[in-house]
Order: sequence, then C-alpha cells, then structure tokens
Amino acid sequence: MGALEEKAVELKGEAAALPAGRKSSGMRWAMRGIYIIWVREFKRFWRDRARRIGGFAQPIMYLALLGVGMQSAFKVFGGGDVPYIKFMFPGILGLTVLFTSVFSAISIIWDREFGFLKEVLVSPVPRSSVALGKIIGGSTTALIQGAIFLILAFTPWVYGFSLDTLWKVLAVIPLIVLMSLSLTSLGVAVAARMTSMEGFPILMNFLLMPMFFLSGAFFPLQGLPRWMDVLTKIDPLTYGVDALRGIMLKGLDLAAGAPGNLAQFAAWFKDPEILRIGLGKGYPDPSSLSALARQASLPVQAHPLWMDVLVMVGFGVFLFTLALWQFNRAE
Amino acid sequence: MGEHAVEVEGLVRKFGDLTAVDGISFTVERGEVFGFLGPNGAGKTTTINMLCTLLSPTAGKAMVDGFDVVKNKREVRQRIGLVFQDPSLDDRLTANENLDFHAVVYAVPHAVREKRKRELLETVDLLDRADDLVITFSGGMKRRLEIARGLLHHPRVLFLDEPTIGLDPQTRKYIWDYIGDLKRREDITIFLTTHYMEEAEHCDRIAIIDHGKIIALDTSENLKNMVGGDIIRIKTDDDARAEELLKERFGVNILEDRDCLCFEVERGEEFIPRLFHDFDVSIQSISLHRPTLDDVFLKLTGREIRDEEADGLMEMRRMVTRVRPPFAR
Repeated sequence: MGALEEKAVELKGEAAALPAGRKSSGMRWAMRGIYIIWVREFKRFWRDRARRIGGFAQPIMYLALLGVGMQSAFKVFGGGDVPYIKFMFPGILGLTVLFTSVFSAISIIWDREFGFLKEVLVSPVPRSSVALGKIIGGSTTALIQGAIFLILAFTPWVYGFSLDTLWKVLAVIPLIVLMSLSLTSLGVAVAARMTSMEGFPILMNFLLMPMFFLSGAFFPLQGLPRWMDVLTKIDPLTYGVDALRGIMLKGLDLAAGAPGNLAQFAAWFKDPEILRIGLGKGYPDPSSLSALARQASLPVQAHPLWMDVLVMVGFGVFLFTLALWQFNRAE
Repeated sequence: MGEHAVEVEGLVRKFGDLTAVDGISFTVERGEVFGFLGPNGAGKTTTINMLCTLLSPTAGKAMVDGFDVVKNKREVRQRIGLVFQDPSLDDRLTANENLDFHAVVYAVPHAVREKRKRELLETVDLLDRADDLVITFSGGMKRRLEIARGLLHHPRVLFLDEPTIGLDPQTRKYIWDYIGDLKRREDITIFLTTHYMEEAEHCDRIAIIDHGKIIALDTSENLKNMVGGDIIRIKTDDDARAEELLKERFGVNILEDRDCLCFEVERGEEFIPRLFHDFDVSIQSISLHRPTLDDVFLKLTGREIRDEEADGLMEMRRMVTRVRPPFAR
C-alpha cells in the first residue's frame, strides 16, 4: 500500500470517527453494549482461576461427601431403589447454577465500588443493554459451570457412560440456560441498587439458602408440613430442580411415561390420585395409592415437565423485567 | 444555539433539602480550557454529572456541543469524554482491553481504532504497558490511561473532574503537561474542576464556585487583579527610618507594622530593583507575594479553600473499603 493510499484510508477513518458522522439506531447501540459487556464478564470469569476451580470443586465436594454419606439414610426414609447420588445429582446441578448465576451479579456492585459502572452508564449504549449484557454474561458463566459439572454425569458412580446419559445431558442444557437467565436476573435485580459489597452476599445467602433447601435438591419434598409445602411451591428453584431430576432420572423418553407427555396426561384423568400428584398437590402417602399412582409417585418428580418449564418461564420473565426495571432506576 | 461548547442557564440541582447547584449560568467557548474552582462540596462534581447526563437537573437548561443534556442524552454522550474523580477502569483487564471496551461502546470504527489507541497510549507514555493488567498500574498511570480513554472517541468536550486529586506533585505536573499538549494537538474543549488553586492557573478562564453558586468568572489574571497589587515585606536595620523613606520617596502605604514592613505596590518585580537602587537603610530580607487565586477566594468569601486534610482522610477511607477482599466467589 502506497503512502498516499494509507493517508487516504487514515483520513477516511478519522472522518468516520467524528461524532457527527456516527449515525446508528438505538438497536445497534444496544447490541454493541450487550456484546461487549458479555465479553468482559466472560473474560473476567475466565481469568479468575479461583472462581473456575472453586466453582467446579464445590459441587464435586457436595456430591462426593453428601452423596455417599446420605445414601444409607435415604434408603431408610423411603427413597426406594433410586441411589441417593442419582437422586441428588440434579439437585447439585441446580445448586451450582443457582449460586453461579446469582453471585455473578455481584460484579455490578463491584463495578460500582470501583467506578467502572460509571464508564458504562455514561456511554451512549442504552442502560437496559448494560443490564442485559450482565444477565447474559452471568448466565454464560453459570452455563459453563453447569456444563463442566454435567461431565460427572458420565462417571460410573452417577449415571454411567452411555448414549442414554448423553441424551439426558443434552436435554438438560436448555433448562440450565432458562434457569441461569432467570436466576441471574434475580441477582441483577437485587444488585442493581445496592451499594454494599458486604451486604450482597449476606442478603443473597439469606435468600438463596432457603430457596435451595426448599427446592428438593437434597431431599424429596414428601410428607412435609403444610407451611413448608407452600414454601416449596413458591420457590422457583423447586421447578428447576424438579425438571432437571425428571429428565436425568426418567429421561425425555415418551414411552417411559415421563410427565408432560400425552400418555401421562391421559393417565391423570383415569386416576384422580395421579391427577393430584400431577397438579403438584404434593406427594401422597405411597401406601394409599393404586399401583399406577405408586409408580408415578417415586420421589422423582413432583410436577410434569411442561408445568415446570412453564413456571420457570413465568418466573424468568418476571425476574428479568424486575432486573431491567431496577437497573434503569439505579442512580 | 450551538456556537458554544457548553451553555448553561439557570441550572439547579437539589438533593432533598440540600441545593447542591443553585442556579448557575455560564458559557464555555470552543477550544477553551475552562476551570471550575471551589472547595469540596461546592457543587463542582454535581455540575459535571449534570453536563455529562449522569444526573438530571432539578431546573434550568444545559447544552453540550449544541445538544440538550436532558433531551438528547445519547448525542451528548457521544460527544463528550470523561475522566472521573475516582478511577473508573476495569483493573482486571489490560490497558488495551479497557480501550477496546470503550471503543466498542462509543462505536469507534475498526479502521481507526488501532491507530488511535497507539497514538493515545504514546501520548500518555503507556505504550509499553499496553498489555499489562491495570491492577499493576500506579495511580498516576491509571489517571493517564483514563485520559487516553476519554479521548479515544474524538470527543468535542473533555470533562476532567479533579484530574490530579490524590496524585503526587510530579505526576500532577505530568498530567498538566498532557492537558496542555492536548489543547495544542486536538480540536477540543476542556472543562475541568479542581480545588487546587495553583492548578486553576492552567485554565483560560476560571469560574469560582461556592455553595452551588458562581461567585466570579474571568481569566486568572483578571481575577487576581480584583484583589489588588503585589505585597512586599521587608526587614531592615531601622524600620522607623525605612517606613519614612518608603512613604517619602515611593509614596506607599504601610499596611501592617509588627516585626516587618508590609506594603502593596502595582508591579512588585519592577518595584524591588527601584527600591534597591534608591534606599539608604540596609535591608535584611525582602519578600514578594503576588496575589493568588487563594487570595481571590478569600476576598470573595472570607474563607480559605482549606480542605486538604479532610481530603486525605476521605482518600484513606476509600482505600480501606477498597482493599477489603470480596466476600463471595
């Protein structure tokens, strides 16, 4: 390239860089914001070795220690033939997604504390695109954590290395995406207007611990007192864990009678007992059930898959709207 | 509208009962270095925050580069560069990555991005540190990087909020050299705030702000002329005789008379040679004090801008909260 041409290109570039020459729609500004904030979130996650290792080690620890330790107790309390580790694996998966998603939003408080949020808020990209970038970025990290953890599903102690496991894992991934998007939104909604870096984990643990315990990640939500039963129903994570467990234990296989398919749907109307289970009225006492109902009432899935997904989408939309609203209101 | 870089009319901002900015009006010409001078809490940062669309005014009107800061937020944002009082870099990213982030959110075209980045990093002497994480940078380096970043998208107006706060004197001098350099090289208007009197001297015009009101606006020279002439203090072997001579020969009024003689003259630096040439009493010591902006502020408000100590404390408190490790993963 000749010097003259180079100069020409340079000049053209300069002219293009002048503010007056920059015309683009709000949509393009938004896309720009979402993209670069997502890239940054991801970069920061990837660079933080402690986060990567910790995020992976913690679920393994839960799985190994609790899974083995609780195995015998689980049998005693009517877990039947489902090995506890298999029962619990989806729960730990839910836990991983929950914590990674929600705590990724702490970066907002972090950015406010260190001033970087100002750089973003004063830029021409719309505010909601900043929130959106954060939500997508946080969800990406949660998805990665979840995906890494899912590799463990193939080990012989969990579900074993088989094509069946692979299908289940693949079926679970869209659910994880859905869960992490809504849970990151929850985090963003809370972090959006918070200024205390110390307060966020305390508040979040206060919120997340019950969410987690009530979700049925560790124990089947069976024969609970009425008040607790109600709480489990309003816990968004319940439906996430329920769906994850349903797929991991029963698969999406229609013939296996997984909830959400037509055969199951029909069965409800034949047997009012199953209808009761299907509509999420909780687990009945197994001894009082018909054979068909008993089979369906294994502590595997409390709600049909479609219902789980529907509820999760509902919560997701709500939390997402809340997050954008809160973020737009923030100073 | 639009001939001025910044036009402000009757701008007010209230926080509850507190009126942080109380109906200020001024214009900043294109290509000017305009300084906002006043003690902490005078309303400087609040004004900047309104001009850069971070804060909406309670009343009044402000235009930046011909665009209304309330109605045309995005247009204003595209046209301004900002360097905040507190750092606003991502210290887990490299200098280059910080600039890249900025380039994307300000839509700097790819064609110019790399060249512009290099050129600016060179200007602020950070080219060799471009790929280092910002966390390894000193305070002065961070500030320089922020200035480079603020200029990346060819802003028409650059806002600098206390650009030298918390920096050591040497770095401060560097920063001012950069700002001076900038004024020559870029077709840009600079709006800055400071509470350092000496530093306000670098500005073409200065607005002195106190309790949310502009109490004076002029060039540094004119402001200082408001106060009066230079003050000369001398010590002699025989003060009584000296006083007599001064009154007789030079026609000056002695202002105070404790252990030295003190008087005001028009041009101190020209007066001293004349004094030495034609004075019989032997002089032990002599000092010349030219009026500073401090004196201007003192004259206008009856107070001095003295908040350095409080400032240091704030800085320390900030540091303490900052080094506290994050609790969550």
